[in-house]
Amino acid sequence: MLDDFFVRAMVAGIGLAVTTGPLGCLVVWRRMAYFGATMAHAALLGVALALWAGVDPMAGVFAVAALVSIALLLLQRSGALSSDTLLGILAHAALAMGLVAVSAMSWLRVDLMGLLFGDILAVSKADLVVIYAGGGVVLGGLIALWRPLLAATVSADMARAEGLRPDATRIAFMLLMAVVIAIAMKIVGILLITALLIIPAAAARRLASGPEAMAVLASVAGVVSVIAGLSASMAWDTPSGPSIVLAAFGLFLLSLIRAPARPSPPSPEPSP
Amino acid sequence: MSAHPDRDILAEAHGLGVFRAGRWIIHGIDLTVRRGEIVTLIGPNGSGKSTTAKTVIGLMAPDAGTVHRAPGLRIGYVPQSLSMDGTLPLTVSRLLTLTQRCPPDAIRRALEAVGIPHLARAQVHSLSGGEFQRALLARAMLRDPDLLVLDEPVQGVDVQGESALYALIGRIRENTGCGILLISHDLHVVMAATDTVVCLNGHVSCRGTPQAVVSNPAYQKLFGRAAADTLAVYRHHEHGHDHDHDHDDHPEPSTHPRTEEAADHAR
Repeated sequence: MLDDFFVRAMVAGIGLAVTTGPLGCLVVWRRMAYFGATMAHAALLGVALALWAGVDPMAGVFAVAALVSIALLLLQRSGALSSDTLLGILAHAALAMGLVAVSAMSWLRVDLMGLLFGDILAVSKADLVVIYAGGGVVLGGLIALWRPLLAATVSADMARAEGLRPDATRIAFMLLMAVVIAIAMKIVGILLITALLIIPAAAARRLASGPEAMAVLASVAGVVSVIAGLSASMAWDTPSGPSIVLAAFGLFLLSLIRAPARPSPPSPEPSP
Repeated sequence: MSAHPDRDILAEAHGLGVFRAGRWIIHGIDLTVRRGEIVTLIGPNGSGKSTTAKTVIGLMAPDAGTVHRAPGLRIGYVPQSLSMDGTLPLTVSRLLTLTQRCPPDAIRRALEAVGIPHLARAQVHSLSGGEFQRALLARAMLRDPDLLVLDEPVQGVDVQGESALYALIGRIRENTGCGILLISHDLHVVMAATDTVVCLNGHVSCRGTPQAVVSNPAYQKLFGRAAADTLAVYRHHEHGHDHDHDHDDHPEPSTHPRTEEAADHAR
C-alpha cells in the first residue's frame, strides 16, 4: 500500500498534522507565530549546510533552527531590541544566507521550489520513518512537558514561584519546534510550515472549552486539511502543500461561521 | 504557634538590592515575613514593590544583600498580571490545576472558600475583575502554601469588592496560618487586614503598623498630604470593621517594634 506515492503522501501529511496540532496551539497561546516563521525561514540555510556537509537535510534544518532559537534567547537577554525586530532580523538574515549558500554550491542541483513549497508527493518510505519517529518524539515531549508549558504560558513567574522550571521548559519547547520544522519542510515547504502550526489551532479555538480539547481538535483539523488538500490537489492538479494550507484556511473560515450559532451567555459584555 | 519566633520566619531579606539598566531599582531593603503575618508593601508606581517581592521569593536574583527562605517553603503566587492570550480556552477549574494535579473535591472546596463555587466551569476570560482575583486566590491556596504572595490582588475590582477581597485574604490567614506578602499601591483598604506595612520608594521609607505608617511624615511625603488625610478618614470609617479582622490570637503586633523610620530619605 505504501508503494503508492499518494498513499505515502497521505500518511506523511497525517503524521505531521497530528503533531502540529498541539504544538501549534502552544505557538498561538504563547504568541510565537512569528518565531515559528523565523525558524522556518532558517530552514533553507539548514538544507544548504546539510548538503554541503553530506548529511540528511532534516538534520541540517533541525540544527540551524535550534541555533536560531538559541541566538534569539541570547539576543533577547541583552534586551536592546524588541522581540519582533530581532525575529525579523534573524528570519531574513538566515533566509538570505540560505539563498546565497544554495547558489554558491553551483555543483549541486537544489530544487528550490521544492524546498520553499514542499514536495509531499516525493515522500519516500525512509522519510515516513523519520516523520513518524520525529513526530513521536515531539508528541511524547509535549505530553511530558504539558503542565509546565501551559503554566508558563499563563504566567512564567507563577510557574517559577511554584517550583516549575519555565526557562528549561521553554528551551525544550523550542527544540521540539525545531524537530517539527525539520519534518514539515518536505511536506508543505519552508514558506508554509507556520500555516500548518497556526491555522488548525486557530480553527479549533472556537470549538474548544479547554486547552487539551483545543490541542486534540487542532490535530483533527490538521488531519482533515491534509486529506482534503491532498485529494483536491490530486483531483485538480494543484500544488499539494498550498492545497493543504488552503483546506486548513477553509476550515478556519468555517469555524468562524459556526461560532455565532453557539448559545451566547445572557450578558453580552464580559468584564476584563 | 509563635512561641519560637525564628522558626516562624518564612522569608527574610537583608540589605536587598537589585540593579537593572544602570540604576538600583531597589536597595538596602530589609524584610521579614513570619507565619501568620500579613506584610504589605506599598509605594508609588516604579517604587520596586514587585521587584522586592520577586526577589524575596527567588524569582529574581538580588545584586546586593541576602535572602533566606525557610527550607521546603511552599509558595502560592498571585502574579500582577497573566500573560494569557485570548486564544487559550481555560475554565476556572483548569486554571486551578495549572501548576499541580488536584482531586475534584479539593478544587470545589477551594472555590467555595473564595465564594465562587458556581464558576468552576466558567471560562476565565468571562470573569469579572473580582471573580478573576478570587479564582487566582483559590488557585494559590490549593497549594496549601506556607507563604502566599499577592501582587496587587484587587486590580480591576471596585471599592466594595476591594474590601470584600481583603476580608477574604484576612480569613485565609486566619484559617490556614500562612504568611502573606501583599503588594498594594494604596493603603486604605489594606489597613484592616495587614499587620506590618512597608512603604517603598526604591528603599524602605518607613514601616510599621498601618496606623503608625499613615501618620509617619515619610509616608505623607511619598503619597502626599491629601492621601494621608483621606486615609485618616478611611481609618476612622473602617474602625468598626477593624475589630472583626484584628485578631487577638495574633501576638506579633504588640510584641514588635512597630515603627521605624528609614535613615536615609532620598528626597
